[in-house]
Amino acid sequence: MSLYRDDAVVLRTYKLGEADRVVVLLGRATGKVRAVAKGVRRTRSKFGSRLEPGSQVQVQLHEGRGELDLVTQVETIEARPNLRADMSRVAHAAALLEVVDLVAPDREPVARRYDMLVGALGVVEERDPPLLPAAFYLKLLAAEGVAPEFRECVVCAAVDTEVGFAVEAGGVRCRSCGGGRSISDEALAVCRAVLGGGLSVVLDLPDGDVTREVDSLATAIVEAHLERRLRSVRVLHTT
Amino acid sequence: MAEVAFAAAVQDLIDALGRLPGVGPKSAQRIAFHLLKADAEESSRLAAAILAAKERVGFCEVCFNLSEEARCEICSDDRRDGHVVCVVEEPRDVVAIERTREFRGRYHVLQGAIDHLQGVGPEQLRIRELLARVTAEQVTEVIICTNPNLEGEATALFLTKMLDVPGLVVSRIANGLPVGGDLEYADELTLGRALEGRRVVAGPAPAE
Repeated sequence: MSLYRDDAVVLRTYKLGEADRVVVLLGRATGKVRAVAKGVRRTRSKFGSRLEPGSQVQVQLHEGRGELDLVTQVETIEARPNLRADMSRVAHAAALLEVVDLVAPDREPVARRYDMLVGALGVVEERDPPLLPAAFYLKLLAAEGVAPEFRECVVCAAVDTEVGFAVEAGGVRCRSCGGGRSISDEALAVCRAVLGGGLSVVLDLPDGDVTREVDSLATAIVEAHLERRLRSVRVLHTT
Repeated sequence: MAEVAFAAAVQDLIDALGRLPGVGPKSAQRIAFHLLKADAEESSRLAAAILAAKERVGFCEVCFNLSEEARCEICSDDRRDGHVVCVVEEPRDVVAIERTREFRGRYHVLQGAIDHLQGVGPEQLRIRELLARVTAEQVTEVIICTNPNLEGEATALFLTKMLDVPGLVVSRIANGLPVGGDLEYADELTLGRALEGRRVVAGPAPAE
């Protein structure tokens, strides 16, 4: 397989040499691959803006000898120009791309992961709901098999309304077991809805105290799982 | 059999060269051997040039372009229009714009761009200094000339928000097709923006 094609989303890029870039792609059939795009930083590059983070493209790649493949052709599937229309969209798209980049191992294709990312980027492009990144983190963790537990106490399996969330343990703790960060009933209901088939309702929620609480909790959960801070979230808070 | 290694000084030189951007191990080896083969004067000249540049060159206290003085040549030039400031990411962008000979204002070098994926936020750039300049120097127009990529666009959006000052014109460098390029190879985003930013060359302006 020296030459192959795939549908992919550009997760991130970094500079290489004088005018090249390494693009990190999430391919539907090939998983996460790194490839060199020659001359892409020149204004007259044949790739143009097609290899910008967040673009959904069909790529033709030449398999390299090392870990880097070579981009030979790119066609746009979705350019998503609105992803760069305002700071919120830029930040939310960056958060989705960063978390997928950290979760996805190299060259291990999971079509569902790709489809989830494409779907979420489409929602950011269209209407950018405030809870989209948080909902995406929770859904992604569930898809990876490490869904946070929002119903039963992670210690004694009791179902209680007055609970705390133990981030390191990955779930709620009941009143008698105690511990964890406090979580309001409303935020808990939103988290349960995200994982329980109520995503569309959650995404219609306007920005407010509850959405901010869920966003903060979901970020803490995904960061605990990844064992690192999300860079895009740090920048989001300063812009 | 023990592996044959370079002399320690040669290996140090190769390692030092290999740390430069864009220089891989093979290139580092090639440059090292070139320097060792060349006469001593050539190596001395190179070493002296590097030391002199490191000693003398700093950042202009006004615009943060590279400069040998406290103020760079452009900021010290009274013939330049101080009311128009062109904001760029890197000192090399100043050189690129100066080559056009179209711009007679002054510059402000941000020394980077907002990059969410690399964790570069506005506080790591020279944005606070730009905002101070706008008021102190009675700037009437700021031209945002950051790169037309995701990082440059994010920076431009942030600057637009921060430069919401009464009476100040904030403009963004145009997007479009490179002169001499073929339309058929243009990507959708660039071509779309070129159409959006079209210029009327005859007749009345098209309806919005």
